[in-house]
Amino acid sequence: MALKLDSKIPAGELAQKWSNHKAAIKVVSPANKRKLDIIIVGTGLGGASAAASLGELGYNVKVFCIQDSPRRAHSIAAQGGINAAKNYQNDNDSVYRLFYDTIKGGDYRAREANVYRLAEVSNLIIDQCVAQGVPFAREYGGLLANRSFGGAQVSRTFYARGQTGQQLLLGAYAALNKEIAAGSVKSYPRHEMLDIVIEDGEAKGIIARNLVTGEIERHGAHAVVIATGGYGNVFFLSTNAMGSNGSAAFQCYRKGAGFANPCFTQIHPTCIPIHGTQQSKLTLMSESLRNDGRIWVPKKMEDVQAIRSGAKKPSDIAEEDRDYYLERRYPAFGNLVPRDVASRAAKERCDAGYGVNETGLAVFLDFKTAIERLGKDIIKQRYGNLFDMYEEITDVSPYEEPMQIFPAVHYTMGGIWVDYNLMTTIPGLYAIGEANFSDHGANRLGASALMQGLADGYFVLPYTIGDYLSAKIQAPKVDTTTAAFDEAEKAVKERIEKLMSINGKQSVDDIHKRLGNIMWDNVGMARTKESLEKAISEIQALRKEFWQDVKVVGTADSFNVELEKALRVADFLELGELMARDALNREESCGGHFRSEHQTEEGEALRHDEEFAYASVWEYKGMDEAPELTKEPLEYEFTHRAQRNYKN
Amino acid sequence: MKFTLKIWRQKDAKSKGAFQTYQVDNISPDTSFLEMLDILNNDLVHKGEEPVAFDHDCREGICGMCSLHINGRAHGPGKAATTCQIYMRKFKDGETIVIEPWRSAAFPVIKDLVVNRGAYDEILQAGGFVSVRTNSVPDANAIPIAKADADESMDAAACIGCGACAATCKNGSAMLFVAARVSSLAKLPQGRVEGARRAKAMVAKMDELGFGNCTNTGACQAECPKAVSIAHIARLNREFLAAKLED
Repeated sequence: MALKLDSKIPAGELAQKWSNHKAAIKVVSPANKRKLDIIIVGTGLGGASAAASLGELGYNVKVFCIQDSPRRAHSIAAQGGINAAKNYQNDNDSVYRLFYDTIKGGDYRAREANVYRLAEVSNLIIDQCVAQGVPFAREYGGLLANRSFGGAQVSRTFYARGQTGQQLLLGAYAALNKEIAAGSVKSYPRHEMLDIVIEDGEAKGIIARNLVTGEIERHGAHAVVIATGGYGNVFFLSTNAMGSNGSAAFQCYRKGAGFANPCFTQIHPTCIPIHGTQQSKLTLMSESLRNDGRIWVPKKMEDVQAIRSGAKKPSDIAEEDRDYYLERRYPAFGNLVPRDVASRAAKERCDAGYGVNETGLAVFLDFKTAIERLGKDIIKQRYGNLFDMYEEITDVSPYEEPMQIFPAVHYTMGGIWVDYNLMTTIPGLYAIGEANFSDHGANRLGASALMQGLADGYFVLPYTIGDYLSAKIQAPKVDTTTAAFDEAEKAVKERIEKLMSINGKQSVDDIHKRLGNIMWDNVGMARTKESLEKAISEIQALRKEFWQDVKVVGTADSFNVELEKALRVADFLELGELMARDALNREESCGGHFRSEHQTEEGEALRHDEEFAYASVWEYKGMDEAPELTKEPLEYEFTHRAQRNYKN
Repeated sequence: MKFTLKIWRQKDAKSKGAFQTYQVDNISPDTSFLEMLDILNNDLVHKGEEPVAFDHDCREGICGMCSLHINGRAHGPGKAATTCQIYMRKFKDGETIVIEPWRSAAFPVIKDLVVNRGAYDEILQAGGFVSVRTNSVPDANAIPIAKADADESMDAAACIGCGACAATCKNGSAMLFVAARVSSLAKLPQGRVEGARRAKAMVAKMDELGFGNCTNTGACQAECPKAVSIAHIARLNREFLAAKLED
């Protein structure tokens, strides 16, 4: 049976849709809110802001995170900034322009209505955060400062040094603390959701593991919200935190929720290149650096070789011998093209042999021109902490020599399918932030992840969830002793026992690294029919190996990191295959999804709108069964779909 | 490079712990300290032994999850760096490295090098917020804030809540942590409104949870991975005294 997809996009003019919808949906009275329970899984910008806002409204909220404190969710690591259509710079920004840039940046694979709403509420977010005491950067006049980000020709990005995600999350976490103190929210740190419980077709709660004691717990609620971020760690090496995983989202998929556009992965252009084979994690250098940094490789192969051998320093290369390839190829946007375009352009130069380190997988990000123009002090003010971080890791000072950068996996645009209310295909189950698929299409613009997480949590979900819960005001507390809870708990315990009992020869990390290599080589920055078919069969074989040969030491009823990792990698081994299948199905290039067979003569992504202007939504059919595809057509009523042009 | 590691192992909160010695070799100087532990742990798993439990997550020095006393220093030998930002080139080849969990009575050990820092959450729940409702706020530019004040607020807000300050303090005081939050909000008009209540409530909670008193030794500032200045402790003291005088 195919999934039934009703996007519930309101009728009417684009700019009126959200207002009309808010007026049409039901609300729950304060007295009834007190009777309703909501579970939120994840405490990043989406989860923390939703938990705080829903607690404040009067619902009983339980919030879960795998870290030791809600403040540590990976939103904290976002560096550059958050977009909003304030037009404080008087550069002709508007809600429409932010909407348009986001739709275009996403290569016309996102819903117009969702994206417009995102742009519409963006300004409220900045107001909210300032009121919470977020110390955004300011100008001497005391008003807020802005900078530019990729894919935009206006300055609409608000920032707090290179720690914007941290400051926004501390704001949301403080709001959450306020509600925890007030008793409306109960926090469960060091808890991991291992299953979603569905009863009578509706989400009724979760099964969670207490990561300290290993105890398996049941938690019931009238609605469950997944805010667990993305699944980029399927690649093993990524800029995601070590604990970031796709398991909560994957359990929803396993239980029947549609999973949309899994192949849409963002490869971020400015990360520190890989060294050696024993690395666990890649480090991002903020996109904000592209405001003042210029990306180049040498024009002459002999200079490339001289740099690799150490005979020449990058600063020895004369201006006329440098190929500022983004400025050359994309004059209008230059170094500020969107991430997918910048990443592919770096790959193109490195594939042509111009990579500047010994592995041939690096390009330069140079601040020489900016330092000459603005002086070292101003550059230090803007990027000091990032420069220090770079020097700490590489032993090279970016004030003296250019940074070396290379693309790395950073964000996943795909995720759990949701309708306009952010509800999944399972009634009562919601997905917000990076965990859903809704707003970024095939490529996310810089500084838009923070915007989406907070939009969903502060300004969308608190309204839309009421529409569903208004039908539950007579419903009693969820009974967690029912057959559905029994079965879900039993399945979780059996899965854990199975993993503990295999006692094979390979560690979880050994297998995860191999999965990562398969993904990067075949489902990475460029994909072909052959590479994807190869990936699918290799992942299937590796998954078999995992279930026969993994070694999980320790016990299930204690603090056991190996078991945590094993449960997550088991899901990655299915998710990776799903990503490859989705990429294989999508025979076009769009945004971060580049099928080498489908490119323009100039090597740009070539969409096939006639056939592929849809979100691909997959339904789980079993671990070793092919999932079933349902298409949600994407209609463009208000924008003209064009080949993306960042040249002029 | 090769190293001898003396690592604190403790089965759980109730068990007694002890140091155990491990050898690691073939470590590249470009390996991060936590990657070195990953390598050790992968070896231990292959031998069928339980890996060393330690907290970590973002590995970019911002989430505040990683901890560790390394050779007696919170977050190891770096200046203004977290444990995850320490690279093995900072150590001498062949060196013996002693690795312990945070030493603080308010942060009990959960397992090996993992401690419970829930006390910091509790302190912030006592008042580390501005009581504004979602959507009940003025325009972001309605209240100008002097750049110097916003910058100073940001200096304090850089705190990552890792616990190094209390763990390194001979009195086990959490003053730098409390001061960072109080001072960050005190420098902003939005935070001023509840300033007095906040300072009193957070200090009272800190005392209640068993953190020690501050004697201005400055150790916290020296070991803070975000270089949060003890000038913020002075501001906390002023906020606290002013609030008490009003009582």
